[in-house]
Amino acid sequence: MSATNAATSEDRPLKQDDRLQQSSMFRRLLLRPEVGALAGAIALWAYFAIAAGDRGFLSWGGTASYLEVAAQLGILAIAVSLLMISGEFDLSIGSMIGAAGMIISILAVEYELNLWLAMLAALLVSIAVGFGNGLLVRLTRLPSFIITLATLFVIRGLTIAITRIVTGRTNVGDLDEAAGYASAQRLFDSKIMILGAGFPISIFWWIGLTALATWVLIRTPYGNWIFGSGGSEQAAHNVGVPVNRVKISLFIVTAVAAWLVAVIQVLALRGANVIQGEQREFYAIIAVVIGGTLLTGGYGSAIGAAIGALIYGMVQQGMIYVGIDSDWFQVFLGSMVLFAVLLNQFVRVRAMKVR
Amino acid sequence: MTISSAPGLIDVASISKSFGNVRALHDVSMSVFSGEVHCLLGDNGAGKSTLIKVLSGVHPPDNGEMRIDGDPVRFGSPRDALRAGIATAYQDLAMIPLMSISRNFFLGNEPTAGWGPFRRFDVATADEITRVELNQMGIAIRDTSQPVGTLSGGERQSVAIARAVYFGARILILDEPTAALGVRQAGVVLRYIARAREQGLGVIFITHNVHHAWAIGNRFTLLSQGRSEGTYLKGETSREQISSLMAGGAALEELEHELGRDAPPSAASWPRPESDEGERPTPPLGD
Repeated sequence: MSATNAATSEDRPLKQDDRLQQSSMFRRLLLRPEVGALAGAIALWAYFAIAAGDRGFLSWGGTASYLEVAAQLGILAIAVSLLMISGEFDLSIGSMIGAAGMIISILAVEYELNLWLAMLAALLVSIAVGFGNGLLVRLTRLPSFIITLATLFVIRGLTIAITRIVTGRTNVGDLDEAAGYASAQRLFDSKIMILGAGFPISIFWWIGLTALATWVLIRTPYGNWIFGSGGSEQAAHNVGVPVNRVKISLFIVTAVAAWLVAVIQVLALRGANVIQGEQREFYAIIAVVIGGTLLTGGYGSAIGAAIGALIYGMVQQGMIYVGIDSDWFQVFLGSMVLFAVLLNQFVRVRAMKVR
Repeated sequence: MTISSAPGLIDVASISKSFGNVRALHDVSMSVFSGEVHCLLGDNGAGKSTLIKVLSGVHPPDNGEMRIDGDPVRFGSPRDALRAGIATAYQDLAMIPLMSISRNFFLGNEPTAGWGPFRRFDVATADEITRVELNQMGIAIRDTSQPVGTLSGGERQSVAIARAVYFGARILILDEPTAALGVRQAGVVLRYIARAREQGLGVIFITHNVHHAWAIGNRFTLLSQGRSEGTYLKGETSREQISSLMAGGAALEELEHELGRDAPPSAASWPRPESDEGERPTPPLGD
């Protein structure tokens, strides 16, 4: 019995290999989560290039302007994509941006602490918030959507209340007078001159972090655990993946990404406002979903999230160049999300059926 | 009923487990030996799933002892059980559909290359080992980077078995691997179980299907309402006896009599509920 079986199984793969080579390549390409977003980004770029190419969209300055918008969202989105692939949400990042920005500004301006120490303090708080979110989600087994919706409001409320108690106001300025401002600015808010245009350094943070997240996701055991935790928590747990550690660490990653965005913003604005970062959690999720990541986890990519953020930046700035009223921006974003979800659904079902 | 006094690969002695007021297992004993398939039989809710969850480290038992090679063991997590050589392939949770075959194969045990912070998941090696291992089991896979979701149910179970064998499992627990499969697919899976047995593994095979059990089993343990109804060696019993025990024995005869001639002719084709979800409480997940 086993002899005949071995013989047939040796014959079979060879024949099928030749026949399926092409469809296999095509299917593999279709199975990449970011393919749809990439096509969309190219199409949008082409549209804006034609509609507003002569009005500056194609210039290096124009390019830098939409890349900067994309970068600040992209840094958040790639962290959110990792968390979403692991099967969880973090809605609290929007208010974490506001909180981190306020902690930095209050410590550096009101208490005249060195800016680097203020940033370190805010970093520690963000790590604690991420850890707290993760711990709450894993201990209660409640959906992270509801847990972080709660912390979203708690953090925002605390930021406003404490800021008012300490400063009597809701915004803090004059951050550029703090010690360490110049060196911090070099790292987080300088411009790098390329071809006569200044490209904000946040763009390079965004690209670097996208590369790092992609490498972690597809080339490390930890990345495999992220996919496993989101694909089937139970199955991953059964084969020994430390699901709790994976998910809690990713909540910390999203909170730290929010901190980085806060640092970039307070340095650029030379201060902070309590409502900073409002609704960024939704835009980050939009970018991630446009990038092909499955809301239910187990499937997605960090590159896709970066492309999703690029689409966001291109459309926001492109509409200004074309002269479309910015009121239409949200209509476009919402439609884009719906379209992306339907496309991804279609592609995935098709790809899984092709054998 | 013969139980050898020599220690098996794994011996379970007087295991009990309750969930709240529900006594899922009561004083259950069984032994699994190398190179044998031990079939675990019983109705829905008989405690089969609870027993394998105790064996695979998902639930700690309330009472009783587990011994591996005669040495007592206690598992705090599935990882402990894996380390002790117990691999479990769950019916619906053996594989993650959206992940590739080789990523599934190595999930939790990824091969790495490089050093320090540059230590990476060696995808090329993973692909190659997966292909070779599956071929050795007689599973022809064209492309190990295709998602597991594109495989048939039988192929998925086969990959799970190949994975357990590769990672040095000595005891393989299969939770209804043939339940959702057609006749041919089930045959394929049974063949892989036979291969695992030939390689000296002890296999615990849970099934509702007496034909599958009889075709492959060396020993049969019957559970009923959380208690063991005894272990039978294949030579000491018959398929009819096993079949009757599985069907509920006397209870079924009574039912047959009761239904008698009044049963409509179409009764045989009524769909029978296959699901036994109610039997499995959601286990707490700790790392």
